[in-house]
Amino acid sequence: MGLDAASIEAARNGHTGDSEGSIREPPSRVDTVGEYTNMKKAIAAVAFGLTAGLFATGASAQATLNGVKQKGYLVCGSNTGLAGFGLPDAQGNWTGLDVDLCRAISAAIFDDPSKVRFIPLAAKDRFTALQSGEVDVLSRNSTHTMSRDTQLGLDFPAINYFDGQGFMVRKKLGVSSAKELNGASICTQQGTTTELNLADYFRANNMKYEVVAFATSDETFKAYDSGRCDAFTTDASGLYAERLRASNPDDHVVLPEIISKEPLGPAVRHGDDQWGDLVRWTHMAMLNAEELGVTKANVDQMRSSDNPEIKRLLGTEGKFGESIGLTNDWAYRIIKHVGNYGEAFERNVGEGSRLKINRGQNALWTKGGLQYGIPVR
Amino acid sequence: MSTAVDSPHFVRANQVEALPPPNLTRGPIAWARENLFSGPFNTLLTLVVLYLLYVSIPPLVEFLFIDAVWTGTGREACRAETAGREVGACWAFIWDKINYFTYGSYPADERWRVDTFFVLLAIGVVWLLWLRAPRRDLGAIYFFWLFPVASYIVLTGGNADFGAGFWTGFLIFGALLIGLFTLIAALLKTSIRPALLIGGGIVAVIGITLALVDFDWGLQNVPTSLWGGILVTLLVATVGIVFSLPFGVLLALGRRSKLPIVRMASVIFIEFVRGVPLITVLIMANTMLPLFLPGDITVDRLLRPLIGTAFFASAYMAEVVRGGLQAIPKGQYEGAMSLGLSYPQMMVFIVLPQALRIVIPGIVNTFIGLFKDTSLVAIVGIFDLIKTIEASRIDPEWAAPTISYTGYAFAAFFYFIFCWSMSRYSLGVERRLAAGQKR
Amino acid sequence: MQTVVSQTSPPKKSVLYDPKVRGVFYQALLVVVVTYLFYVATTNAIENLQRAKIASGFGFLDVTAGFDISQTLFQFSAAGSTYGEAFLIGLLNTLLVSAIGIVFATILGFTIGIARLSSNWVVAKVAMVYVEVLRNIPLLVQLLFWYIAVLGSLPHPRNSYEFGAGFYLNARGLFMPRPLYASDAWLIAAAFLVGLVGTFIYRRWAWRRQEQTGEQAPVGLVSLGLILGLPVATWLVLTLAGANPIGVEMPERGTFNLTGGMQILPEFVALLLGLSTYTAAFIAEVVRAGILAVSRGQTEAAGSLGLTPGQTLRLVVIPQAMRVIIPPLTSQYLNLTKNSSLAVAIGYPDLVQVFMGTVLNQTGQAIEVIVITMGVYLTISLITSYFMNIYNRRVAIVER
Repeated sequence: MGLDAASIEAARNGHTGDSEGSIREPPSRVDTVGEYTNMKKAIAAVAFGLTAGLFATGASAQATLNGVKQKGYLVCGSNTGLAGFGLPDAQGNWTGLDVDLCRAISAAIFDDPSKVRFIPLAAKDRFTALQSGEVDVLSRNSTHTMSRDTQLGLDFPAINYFDGQGFMVRKKLGVSSAKELNGASICTQQGTTTELNLADYFRANNMKYEVVAFATSDETFKAYDSGRCDAFTTDASGLYAERLRASNPDDHVVLPEIISKEPLGPAVRHGDDQWGDLVRWTHMAMLNAEELGVTKANVDQMRSSDNPEIKRLLGTEGKFGESIGLTNDWAYRIIKHVGNYGEAFERNVGEGSRLKINRGQNALWTKGGLQYGIPVR
Repeated sequence: MSTAVDSPHFVRANQVEALPPPNLTRGPIAWARENLFSGPFNTLLTLVVLYLLYVSIPPLVEFLFIDAVWTGTGREACRAETAGREVGACWAFIWDKINYFTYGSYPADERWRVDTFFVLLAIGVVWLLWLRAPRRDLGAIYFFWLFPVASYIVLTGGNADFGAGFWTGFLIFGALLIGLFTLIAALLKTSIRPALLIGGGIVAVIGITLALVDFDWGLQNVPTSLWGGILVTLLVATVGIVFSLPFGVLLALGRRSKLPIVRMASVIFIEFVRGVPLITVLIMANTMLPLFLPGDITVDRLLRPLIGTAFFASAYMAEVVRGGLQAIPKGQYEGAMSLGLSYPQMMVFIVLPQALRIVIPGIVNTFIGLFKDTSLVAIVGIFDLIKTIEASRIDPEWAAPTISYTGYAFAAFFYFIFCWSMSRYSLGVERRLAAGQKR
Repeated sequence: MQTVVSQTSPPKKSVLYDPKVRGVFYQALLVVVVTYLFYVATTNAIENLQRAKIASGFGFLDVTAGFDISQTLFQFSAAGSTYGEAFLIGLLNTLLVSAIGIVFATILGFTIGIARLSSNWVVAKVAMVYVEVLRNIPLLVQLLFWYIAVLGSLPHPRNSYEFGAGFYLNARGLFMPRPLYASDAWLIAAAFLVGLVGTFIYRRWAWRRQEQTGEQAPVGLVSLGLILGLPVATWLVLTLAGANPIGVEMPERGTFNLTGGMQILPEFVALLLGLSTYTAAFIAEVVRAGILAVSRGQTEAAGSLGLTPGQTLRLVVIPQAMRVIIPPLTSQYLNLTKNSSLAVAIGYPDLVQVFMGTVLNQTGQAIEVIVITMGVYLTISLITSYFMNIYNRRVAIVER
């Protein structure tokens, strides 16, 4: 009895660092689940000893937003290092398009884009990390597919980058199309959709190839760079990013063919609709801001705009922020700290970055792209 | 019988002329003749080996030292076309990245904490391994209790912030535990004082540990995802040894126990772990541990391989300790029993001190294996030394042909120095022990 | 031991002091704790799997894999092959690299082990340095080194090294002609088998004759003739008869690489080199210890019988040393097999890389995949130690 009580408390207060009694979990559903899981927490704490208990972090599957508020920071699953999308510099500061989404969420919740902890995740660990509650949101260029959506217990609330799989080869090979790759050896990362698309593409085009699969993207690219393979395949955005890491980036060329659809976006756990909404609307706010011409620089003036759409977005009219569990100036905070989608894109992957990727499919729908901001209304 | 008069024919009557002394029995030439050119086959062998050395050693020295680049800030320094000369190992690269290799992404301002950990570790290791160090019993307490707690606080920042509810629970738990001990003592009709002392002691130790971890030391919290490099390599090895030794002893005792179920459980665990590769254990810890825990509890990414290696090392340690237990003469057991010692008393005071002393070389050898095996955590994505090198060698700032070789050479030096000195140490202890056995 | 205690304390105070009762209590406690942990782990796992909507069961082994593997010992294609076949491919690749690695490591290890005891100073020292260096550097570092060393020193396929007779070497591996077996090739295999059986019978006859008459028969030559000569003769006869039992597929230059023929991957070469040189260092130590365990009197007696040093080593020392060598040698073989799982670091498609890497990620069925993989290694270990025990019992009887 006493043992259980102690351990329950150990697990509940484990590492969350909440100030005692200030914020309690809301009643209703959560508590019944709580009863059940507390019992198990006690068991776990006994089973794996106190050291393990100390490392363990508790996060409820249901109320992610409350958990994040209690912790005081957002835990964001990110890439182990992909230029333009999620990459830490030498001081451990993360930058990238996916990183900016996490920063935007943090800004919306805390009015501070820096309350994010990034956990670098390998492709094979990413979904387990999200499922187990280790990260609150997975913003790691992950493809939204039906099986992931329906079979892995995930939700993909938004698409922040429309991508497709492509090939990179050495210029001196003189290859100008993926159709000419018959008989080539191709480096790819194992356990990804890339590996499966590759097999499909070569089979569909009746071509032969030799696959060389590695566990991490680093190993894969290094093998390609050291001449093990003729071609390197991954999402086109990744090709541009990885090319920067080549010994001589100019020696490599990305082939025009895109062999798959890869809608990349953040993922959250299935079942926490409030949290999913928050992530979706964070992205939408950034899109709408771009569409309405609201930028990091002019967001303060725009607050006094008469445009009803801008008023709704920036929270001077309506109570849209409260409906997702935030304050009404949530979108203002996002734009103020992170900027709109266009700004984030240019800064990280577009002309303002080393990657120099064309907006292409990722332009706003008004400019012939696929990014379509759902109205705030 | 003896015929002093007629000497036999085969006995020489007069002195033979003395042979000249063998021309050289000492000195380098004689030594060379004896050890290198004692026959045609040996001569040929020597020449072949010398030729092989001639082919392999000079280029190696040239690569590592003569052509090596010692200073520089980028790839230009280490590329033959820009440096304008033959380029060997690019030590400038190691020098540039040495902080990353040592601390990973640990915040620069907080790195003194990692250095503190290294010092604490060094103190513990020297205290335990130096056979003539003073108060080695205190050393054991330091190494297996104070040091882990202190390291945990120093590295993570402590301040676990349990909250009042937890401490209430803990007090109840402590009271119950002491009560349980008293109850057992009462049932056994022995005096209650020692039971109270033992129970209180256990509660006190746990309590102090928790209090230390809970206390806000004013250190910034550093999440484990930032740790890396040599820090993680040493950490994995240390956790392995701190946990595997006590756990291994328990398993070894279990395997030699007379209780069939205890024995069977120990055998199954030991043989299972020893039968599978470490990498599968690590992958299991990485992917299955979260599955076995309740859905909303997650285990830290760094802790998972730590648990994996600790279990793995325990099984190997158990076999080493078992060897020591078997080497203790039966008379020691019988003597202890005839003195009326209980099983724990017999083990703690008579058998284990002797058995563990015999197997020090074996323990150190297991530890060498463990130390080398820590490199495998890189495969499950932990940023140990190998992984930091792997991550750095694809840095375009340092893209040069010899970067990879340099990185691996550095790793090889690092591991070699540690493992080789440990193996020297274990050899020394072995000699000392052997000297004690001589009669 | 506890019985002694109970006998010396005749007035039984309490059942709590009965060692048997205590033993039962402790064991019951252990069983309860272990069962409880298992129960908790299982229920948690089931709950977690359901929540994550991950399928369970072994049905996934029959599902089409959809990915390709670089080295396949039998036909495997993304289109038709299943995860089960991917498992077999991985297992065979593990066994292949382990088997060849064991052969190389044994040869190298024995050579170095004997060299360490050589009276030749240079040879002994070089062998010692080899052992010390290789033993004290993690295998992973060595493998990574070999991989870039192998890759780095080989040219692009367009500038392949050409050795003639269809042998090429480049960064994609070593290419050689592949034999194509016609329908009557079984005759050659049969001849090989006949040769083996013949050798066995001949050796027994020769041994018996030597026991009785002291005459030695040229066993080595005759064995060689039987094992190699018979198949070659069969092939010649068949070819002369116009049957052409074995054809050859030569590698040819394609757009990117050589096509056709047989290809040995650089990953395989790096892994093989790493595993065999590393394990050889340990085998050398085992061999050295084994030879040192043979008492000096044996060598001296052999010398006084007039045996040459070579004969002494071959006929007197090694047979006796083998008794000491074989058990640790077997565990080194097992280590090599287990260490081959480090293939995952350099992209060789072994069991761990294919099954625990790709298949685990594509299916998400972690528990099943890990159980199967561990089961395979465990089975190999248990079978080996079973035979080891039998062997140990046999030599133990011979000894005394």
